[in-house]
Amino acid sequence: MTAAMTAAELGLLSCHTCRLVSRPARGLGEMGCPRCGAALHLRKPASVSRSWALLVAAVILYIPANLLPMMKTSSLFGSQSDTIMSGVVYFWTSGSWYLALIIFFASVMVPLLKMIALALLLVSVQRRSRWQPEQRARLYRLVEFVGRWSMLDIYVVAVIVALVQLKAIATIQPGAGAVAFGAVVVLTMFSAMAFDARLIWDTRAQSHG
Amino acid sequence: MGVLVACHECDLLQREALLPGGGVARCGRCGAELYRDRPASLERTLALTAGALVLFAIANSFPILGLALQGQVIDATLYDTVRRLWDEDMKSVAALVFVTTIAVPLLELCALAYLLAPVRFGRVPPHFPLVFRVLQAVRPWGMVEVFMLGVLVSLVKLAHLAGVVPGIALWSFGALMLVMAAISAVFDPRALWQAADAAQPEAMR
Repeated sequence: MTAAMTAAELGLLSCHTCRLVSRPARGLGEMGCPRCGAALHLRKPASVSRSWALLVAAVILYIPANLLPMMKTSSLFGSQSDTIMSGVVYFWTSGSWYLALIIFFASVMVPLLKMIALALLLVSVQRRSRWQPEQRARLYRLVEFVGRWSMLDIYVVAVIVALVQLKAIATIQPGAGAVAFGAVVVLTMFSAMAFDARLIWDTRAQSHG
Repeated sequence: MGVLVACHECDLLQREALLPGGGVARCGRCGAELYRDRPASLERTLALTAGALVLFAIANSFPILGLALQGQVIDATLYDTVRRLWDEDMKSVAALVFVTTIAVPLLELCALAYLLAPVRFGRVPPHFPLVFRVLQAVRPWGMVEVFMLGVLVSLVKLAHLAGVVPGIALWSFGALMLVMAAISAVFDPRALWQAADAAQPEAMR
């Protein structure tokens, strides 16, 4: 065996779930991992198109997520709607600049950068680019690691809505923005999961199945 | 000759080598972590899982935060927050919070206990591969640490409005977050499969 061969080039399959490397049995339509039984694929099926579809849906929902209110406050003095950005501004002006930064980073920057990064990875894979595979692999790892932190705002809404229900003075209700925002986080996570990082390296090989 | 291992990120085929204590094996091409030497992985994961289950029970039975206003204290457990979102007709958001903070962490801990405890004593529990697959599938969706940060942000936000009373569950959630982070640092699926294969080589085929 030469030094640099991929499992696919040698006709071997590696299991996503338990990492076992196995040789596919001939004549079997449905192949399962011989150890843990998970479905085996050379590469994740329709990885690029699935990932794109989920990403486009997330990009579309990112707009209402930022424009629609996350929370609606009603009090004796009238009602007020808060979007993500107005929440950031509120913290900034009230002196809690570190919280403003955390929320701005987790709720605005992370989803945005994550979608840009996924689009970049998808385009480069589709064009069979050989540009900086190591950096792109690192980018993918970062996207997978950081995506979950966007859920922050959903939890803030959940806790605040549950506590502030002083019927006489003020009530806070969740807004439609929270639904869109939650959907953005879930869709981008699924999009990143559908993407097969091994495609980044596949351009180096001559061909595979 | 070591066992073959394919990098899960670039598919490069490599042979497993013996690692020094606490060492990490990285892919020679893309640098992704292939595997890591985790000493006494099964025992440590099992111990942490038992601890996490206790903390989980406490964290879900007591209020996280309370709001004191005009001599009145309103408090909410984690389940109350889900319930309230559901009643506000935010069913999808309620489901999202329920799944990521209650269902998945509990499922993850139960699956770990189910897999690890019998294997530790040399037996392979029924449906071992299925439970393992479920465990690996749900793990990315457990977000206790993000929830914890969310509670802290809410705490500061509400402190402008009224007196905030931290509940018992706030501390247990903090502890649960640390223990769950320790579990993911210590749990080694490779060691689990090796132990299971050794315990019952035939049933694993």
